[in-house]
Amino acid sequence: MEKWENNKAWFLILPVFIIVAFSAIIPLMTVVNYSVQDIFGPGQRVFVGTEWFEEVLSDKRLHDALWRQFLFSGLVLLIEIPLGILIALMMPKRGWGVSVCLVTLALPLLIPWNVIGTIWIIFTRPDIGLLGAAINSFGVAFDHTAAPMDAWITLILMEVWHWTPLVTLLAYAGLRAIPEAYYQAAKIDGASAWATFRYIQLPKMRGVLTIAVLLRFMDSFLIYAEPFVLTGGGPGNSTTFLSIYLVKIAVGQFDLGPAAAFSLVYFLVVLLFSWLFYQALQNVGKGREG
Amino acid sequence: MAKITLDNLAHSYLPNPGAEDDYALKQLDHVWADGEAYALLGSSGCGKSTLLNIISGLLQPSQGRILFNDEDVTHAPTTERNIAQVFQFPVVYDTMTVRDNLAFPLRNRGRDEAYVAQRVQEIARMIGMEAELDRKARGLTADAKQKISLGRGMVRKDVNALLFDEPLTVIDPHMKWELRTQLKSLHHEFGHTMIYVTHDQVEAMTFADKVMVMFEGEIVQVGTPEELFENPNHTFVGYFIGSPGMNFLPCTLVGNVARVGGTSIILDDEVAALGRKAKGALELGIRPMYLEVHGRAVNGGIPVRIKAVEDQGTFKILTLTLEGQVVRARLPEDKAVPDDMAWVRFPPERTKLFADGRLVKRAG
Repeated sequence: MEKWENNKAWFLILPVFIIVAFSAIIPLMTVVNYSVQDIFGPGQRVFVGTEWFEEVLSDKRLHDALWRQFLFSGLVLLIEIPLGILIALMMPKRGWGVSVCLVTLALPLLIPWNVIGTIWIIFTRPDIGLLGAAINSFGVAFDHTAAPMDAWITLILMEVWHWTPLVTLLAYAGLRAIPEAYYQAAKIDGASAWATFRYIQLPKMRGVLTIAVLLRFMDSFLIYAEPFVLTGGGPGNSTTFLSIYLVKIAVGQFDLGPAAAFSLVYFLVVLLFSWLFYQALQNVGKGREG
Repeated sequence: MAKITLDNLAHSYLPNPGAEDDYALKQLDHVWADGEAYALLGSSGCGKSTLLNIISGLLQPSQGRILFNDEDVTHAPTTERNIAQVFQFPVVYDTMTVRDNLAFPLRNRGRDEAYVAQRVQEIARMIGMEAELDRKARGLTADAKQKISLGRGMVRKDVNALLFDEPLTVIDPHMKWELRTQLKSLHHEFGHTMIYVTHDQVEAMTFADKVMVMFEGEIVQVGTPEELFENPNHTFVGYFIGSPGMNFLPCTLVGNVARVGGTSIILDDEVAALGRKAKGALELGIRPMYLEVHGRAVNGGIPVRIKAVEDQGTFKILTLTLEGQVVRARLPEDKAVPDDMAWVRFPPERTKLFADGRLVKRAG
């Protein structure tokens, strides 16, 4: 008797394949398609190989935007992760204060991103903005539309205000999941508050902090709406991040080939760094396990 | 090392306790002698862990005082009490090596490194983890992690007391026996005051000189294993200690005769006299091994029906029905078991009387 193969399982996972194909594979392949051709119109296309990639990779403005992007993401991570953990540590553990804190923290996360930009434009206006007018009234000239440094400060402040709550919520969830016995053992062992944080809380938050770092890195590296609304990439090119520059090429100049090549490079950079962060956080303090 | 005194202590987890049932720990006055090993035995939720946490200062009692020797430590923080405590589930510091885990309590107290190294080596030998000292604690098995927890508890020599909260729950049976033996030898060597919480009577009996039985937030009896077996102070002790537990039969007293339904059982005169004066519902109690079982009618024998016989190897357990109630008897393996009917006798000197759960005691 011949062996009868049961292939019914393929039908069961077919819907997932279709969904993934439409949501990821087909759009991605379209971009790949654009990135290796010069398209003049329907039916008028020339295969150009790696030309667009070479052009994009040697673009000075892209290099500048890339370094700006790294600086921005780096600052965001350096501020938001420790600050988020600190707030989570200070939050009440039980009682009515928990809900009050959680709701207050979640508020910035519920506001549409372009609205956030608008809020901060008004908030930091030197003439009528609460923050901007206050700073200027102390005799310090502050205008994010004129000075690159002020634009950066405003952007970072906005980003920290907007996204630190996410880190806090994740860290708080991680802290709450630590069994009481660990704190009790630490007291018995005579551990200081710092030792308790260093050897119990921080290691137990490893999982949630990995997620926090990855999410915050990816989001800040891909940031578009808020700086677009707040500064439009200026003053000059001082806040032109990768995504803003990409949109300028793709939509502003309609250079679809270079834009597609740019997108792929952008995608690979995010993927590479996310992987590096993930590996680093998984291996930190691991040592010999036998 | 210290003598530990509980003075008028009680604890409730509710903010404003009223009724007696609100208390997880009912009023306690007790002294743990310096250098003795105690087992605290009781079923889950009887307040054993609450009591330990109050001694170590992880919990503040609702009322009363705790004294170490003669010093009041009721409000002293855990660190100042210098107590070692091991919990039911392993607690290890994942990112540290086994060595650093064991050294942690000493380093936190600023002991010099030479002393730390020497102590860690000693403890590692005791728990059998010398080979694993430089491994991270993270990937270890639950067994090994609990051994580290035990080791951290034992690493300080100068502790006032060592508290164990069901520490061997997660350990393999063969390892359990070994670790318990090591704890005992540690006790002999250093003479720490030790309190060992467990719900396993065998563990309690083998570990401790004195066993304390807790029931619903009260210490109902403190004694040697033999005392607990022969003279249980409370029906709970009778039921909890011994396998199977004591038989209990609700009864009424007429003279020196206890009546269980239509059956009469003759009691010791003195016990019966005290029983008539006692308040509350009366119960007769007898250990299965003291219940005499005969294959034919004997003087004073009560006819019973045999429902089941369990052969346990070295002994047999008979399940009998007396006046519709289940009674168990324990027979030596070589003794013949009657077929269907048997006659049982309650030896008066082995038959106890309980009023409202408490033993009706003979004077003296």
